Amino acid sequence: MNMGPQHPSTHGVLSLELRLDGEIVKECTPHIGYLHRSIEKIAENRTYTQFIPYTDRLDYVASMNNNLGYVMAVEKMLNLEVSQRAQYIRVIVAELNRIASHLIAVGTFAQDLGAFATPLFYCFREREKVIDIFDQICGNRLTYNYMRIGGVQFDFPEGISEKIKDFVKYMRPKVDDYDQLLTHNAIFLARSKNIGVLPKELAISYSVTGPNLRASGVKWDLRKDEPYLVYDKFEFDIPVGENGDSWDRYKMRIEEIRQSLRIVEQAIDALPQGEPTVKVGRILKPSSSGTYFRTENPRGELGFYIVGDGSAYPYRLKIRAPSFSNLAVIPELVKGSKIADLVCVFGSFDVLMGEIDR
Amino acid sequence: MLSILHFIWMLIIGLIVLSFLAGSAMFLIWLERKVSAHIQSRLGPMRVGWHGILQSIADTIKLLLKEDIRPVKADKLIWWLAPFFVVVPSVMAFVVIPFGKTLIVKDLNVGILYIMAISSVGVIGIFMAGWGSNNKYSLLGGMRSAAQIISYEIPLILSIIIVVMHANSLSMQKIVAAQSGYWYIFYPNMALAFVVYIISATAEVNRTPFDIPEAESELAAGFHTEYSGMKFAMFFVGEYTNVFIVSAIATTLFFGGWHGYIFPPIVWFLGKTYSIVFILMWAKWTFPRVRVDQLMGFAWKVLTPISLVNLAITGWLLLK
Repeated sequence: MNMGPQHPSTHGVLSLELRLDGEIVKECTPHIGYLHRSIEKIAENRTYTQFIPYTDRLDYVASMNNNLGYVMAVEKMLNLEVSQRAQYIRVIVAELNRIASHLIAVGTFAQDLGAFATPLFYCFREREKVIDIFDQICGNRLTYNYMRIGGVQFDFPEGISEKIKDFVKYMRPKVDDYDQLLTHNAIFLARSKNIGVLPKELAISYSVTGPNLRASGVKWDLRKDEPYLVYDKFEFDIPVGENGDSWDRYKMRIEEIRQSLRIVEQAIDALPQGEPTVKVGRILKPSSSGTYFRTENPRGELGFYIVGDGSAYPYRLKIRAPSFSNLAVIPELVKGSKIADLVCVFGSFDVLMGEIDR
Repeated sequence: MLSILHFIWMLIIGLIVLSFLAGSAMFLIWLERKVSAHIQSRLGPMRVGWHGILQSIADTIKLLLKEDIRPVKADKLIWWLAPFFVVVPSVMAFVVIPFGKTLIVKDLNVGILYIMAISSVGVIGIFMAGWGSNNKYSLLGGMRSAAQIISYEIPLILSIIIVVMHANSLSMQKIVAAQSGYWYIFYPNMALAFVVYIISATAEVNRTPFDIPEAESELAAGFHTEYSGMKFAMFFVGEYTNVFIVSAIATTLFFGGWHGYIFPPIVWFLGKTYSIVFILMWAKWTFPRVRVDQLMGFAWKVLTPISLVNLAITGWLLLK
């Protein structure tokens, strides 16, 4: 049976080829490529600055984080150090975007489990606040195109710090609400506990990253283990799961929203004055035999590998998308489970087709 | 002569029942949209009439004008008949529902048994829809529905038997009359029976958390995937009529039917019924869906034993 590419719970245009025995899944083969836009090839014909908006379209739910990963990779090629204020601003928007992204993950996961629309609407209501903040900062609501090589596009407008602080205050009790509505709901537990258990070794061998890896009990977060920007200045915990089941993966996201709120709160209090942008030329001609830079995206490690030959265009640009590895492990987990469990596992991994088909 | 008058009389009553039923289904659809909207911090329909009250009528007109699409490989007869098999039994169940002391179409002496028998026919319609559509998702939906409704029929009937034992009658009016003092819900064993009843009834009418035959996120709509236009609307009307009926039965069996003070009986009856409908809606928009095997396990391992024990205790109490 073909599940997708047009199916309400495949989150985009993924097609799953299923072999079924009644309701039991015998074999599951994902077919990708329905959203392919050859972004990596396009990169070879764009200047380094021109490519920034294309990164928005990879993981469109967390485009701030994509911008960040790309501009930091280019800055690493140029050996460019951005100002303290820019670093703080980057941390704040990246964490706010992480919250927004995890909200979508939680909402759609609940939707997949059949809690029809209600948790989804709650999550979107909160996400709307984040988007309003971004709208004020950079004028866009989904594809922000906010980061620049050497800083950010605009400085924070007036009064935005208070608005972000208000959001943190507003968001904390809402996360507790989700706990009440979903986390300990008996039906929710029955549906997601011990479903799609991902063992530690399997996760590492498939290079699963992000909350999905941490749910399996591996404490690995680039923000702590390979600190970039000013992440080493903040106090926050890395939530780690125990069993690696769907419930743990969901729980990781809820906990990470809490931790991100902590980071945002600390960063907004410590926001230094200064210029948000370092002046760099319009045409950059970095040269490198291969620079790799990775950041912790909401969905896992996002890596940019760039080879520059000293011209204005990159010679080759390779993107390591977290969802690609995360999707690869799903067929291993769903063999022998019910269709309903397949939907549950799939929702809990929160894969996004935009960055798989680049 | 007499038989012609009788026939006209039947026709009038039939028209009244049908128009009430259509109005009730439309009202329930509007109510569901409003309740769900307010639960989800939305407004819901607002444009057509006061707070969108005429929305259902507008939708009906739209659905009537839609093209009736039939899949080429569908089993014609079965596919065509299925919506009627869903709607007609739920209309027939209205015959024995007591809205007031005299407001009942026909007080059959086997009233509750008649409802149970009639409402089981609906599952055949759903199964026919699943089979006739010639679509794998629909077939899965139909199969699930058949399994589910047959399993939940048992605890449902067991909990109704408890009421019947107390009331000493199968007639709906006599059951209501037996509750002129205390409503049955105030007896502990009946309260338990009510809980079992309302859970099973939710499963019977395929609503969340037991809506696996439709299972939007798994089966893309289940048994009615291939239906469009008025045929789809008939499944919808059937579903909402069933919601009304299970709530009306709950009112009759456990909440004293039309008994109440000050207001006329019909107000009490409809008020109680719609309160139960509201609870069903509340549950629908709050809970996730259970899995198909968990659903079966719950019916056979939890609800059925509880009902059997409850039945035994009730029997012992009555004989004592």
